[in-house]
Amino acid sequence: MAWLMLQDLTVALGGRDVVRGVSAEVNEGELVVIIGPNGAGKTTLLRTIAGLVAPKGGSVKVLGHDPAKVGRRVVARELAYLPQQYELAFPFAVEEVVLLGRYAQQRGLGIASEADVEAARQAMVACDVAELATRRFDELSGGEARRVIIAQALCQGAKCLLLDEPTAGLDPAHARSVFAMLRQQCDRGAAAVIVTHDLDLALRFAGAVWLVAGGRLAARGAPADVLTGIATRQAFGVEIHVGDLPGGGRFAVPV
Amino acid sequence: MSGFISGSRNSRTGRLTATRLAFSLLACLTIAVVVAMLAPHIGINYDRGGHYLEFLGLDAYTPGTAAHQVFWIRVPRVLAAMLVGGALAGAGCALQALLRNPLAEPFTLGISSGSSLAAVLAIRIGLEGSLGGAGVGAAALLGAIATLLVVWRLASIGRQLPPATLVLAGVTMSMFCSAASVLIQYTSNFTEISRMIRWMMGGLDSMQLSAVGYGTIPIVLGLAALIAYARELNALAAGPEVAASLGVAVARTQAVVFIVSSLLVGAAIALAGPIGFIGLIVPHALRAVIGPDHRVLVPASVFGGAVLLMVCDTLARTVTAPAQLPTGAVTAVLGGPFFVMILIRQKRHAAMWGRG
Repeated sequence: MAWLMLQDLTVALGGRDVVRGVSAEVNEGELVVIIGPNGAGKTTLLRTIAGLVAPKGGSVKVLGHDPAKVGRRVVARELAYLPQQYELAFPFAVEEVVLLGRYAQQRGLGIASEADVEAARQAMVACDVAELATRRFDELSGGEARRVIIAQALCQGAKCLLLDEPTAGLDPAHARSVFAMLRQQCDRGAAAVIVTHDLDLALRFAGAVWLVAGGRLAARGAPADVLTGIATRQAFGVEIHVGDLPGGGRFAVPV
Repeated sequence: MSGFISGSRNSRTGRLTATRLAFSLLACLTIAVVVAMLAPHIGINYDRGGHYLEFLGLDAYTPGTAAHQVFWIRVPRVLAAMLVGGALAGAGCALQALLRNPLAEPFTLGISSGSSLAAVLAIRIGLEGSLGGAGVGAAALLGAIATLLVVWRLASIGRQLPPATLVLAGVTMSMFCSAASVLIQYTSNFTEISRMIRWMMGGLDSMQLSAVGYGTIPIVLGLAALIAYARELNALAAGPEVAASLGVAVARTQAVVFIVSSLLVGAAIALAGPIGFIGLIVPHALRAVIGPDHRVLVPASVFGGAVLLMVCDTLARTVTAPAQLPTGAVTAVLGGPFFVMILIRQKRHAAMWGRG
């Protein structure tokens, strides 16, 4: 059984169908990248999978059940969602922010156990923010803050990761290491669905690419095929060139 | 001011541990108990030679002495200050977390004015005479809840209002309720007017031990409920969607915390009239010292509010003795400049951090 199963999913926001008839699935170990022009419905699709928006038609199944129907605590153990915008209202320290990810595992006052602290430490190391642990979140740079909240999502220990533009604002090296880290998570048995505009990283790290345009799933398949396909050219209005790198491997650029 | 901010950074050591929680709460409790035990001893005594500051001391515990009598007149007042201060600061802290707004507070949200309007109306239609003080208290409670509901409705339009807009909504609410109160006063007779004005100043004098008794259980239960939701309030700092993805039942948390906070504020106002700014000052100052983790911040605010109001009330009945100041006036005089200070600092930081 697929971990994430979308069947004929239609989502309306403000009376307008933003996502229309999307059917797809994500399996264990898979890293799926969603690409598409601005306003195509990528974020809404991700929020619907996270159970934060109820679909108008069709269904979402996360490990067999509907995320909008079961308790949030159950969903949180299976699925971590990172929105594009993340604003913290109070000046928590970095480690406290990452430990918020353990909410679903904790009871009572939720004083962090050794397991919680260890999970937070591993997540911070994976996102290269371990040395920021005692810094205040509001005093970090945009890119550092981004990596901290990715660590929070990771610390949640969920099987599926839904990340909305996780590398926006990251320098090229950190953007790549975030994708490499997510690839590693998937190789260890997680699954990830990532919205990004970085086509080159999509080509290098994704197992499959979904193209969302006008609310529809316009194309899906192997990264190179989708990126160079006619649907992608139509959606973006530019052609994507996929070429070979001299030292092996490939790259993708819009031309 | 920058020294104060950097000082706050060094004074915390990251995540909350059981030891730090226990130590912080024990320290807060100790201070609150010490202040509560000292406050009834302090007062002004006067004779033909003038008036002077007096500490009752051991005489207070000897039945039959004058000191013993004075002590027991002051005890209900100190207990009420403790209860009201704790309720206002605890509710203020929770409302700030819930509305994700460091400026949220019963006074700035217009709740005090709303409940004053209800109380003024109750005095005008003679509810005070028929039901005793309880009628005005009940009206104040209902007024507080009604105002909070309006503000809540405003705050949830478009999911979330920016801090400044929410405060503007509160100000609008305040102005409307004040204007309505003035209109009612205009149609009232002299006795009613003086009673209304006295009530609107907020005070703890003429506090009966029985009133404190009625207030204790609901307020303690309400505060316990807020503390039980402290972890959810932490997660809500990252916004309702992130909190939901972390596993928080957001709608239930918002409903419970909001209703409980409204009832706490209403109960506090019913007991003591509108006492302003306690709910703003205390969580703000404490956040700078112990950090924003609500598991320690909410209970610490409760104790902090209790201490601050006991101190303010002691000042209210000593600084101009033999005349007494209304306690609400003392807290407002302290709170006004504090509020302006936060506004200025937030303007400087662009974002609305509750950095105290």
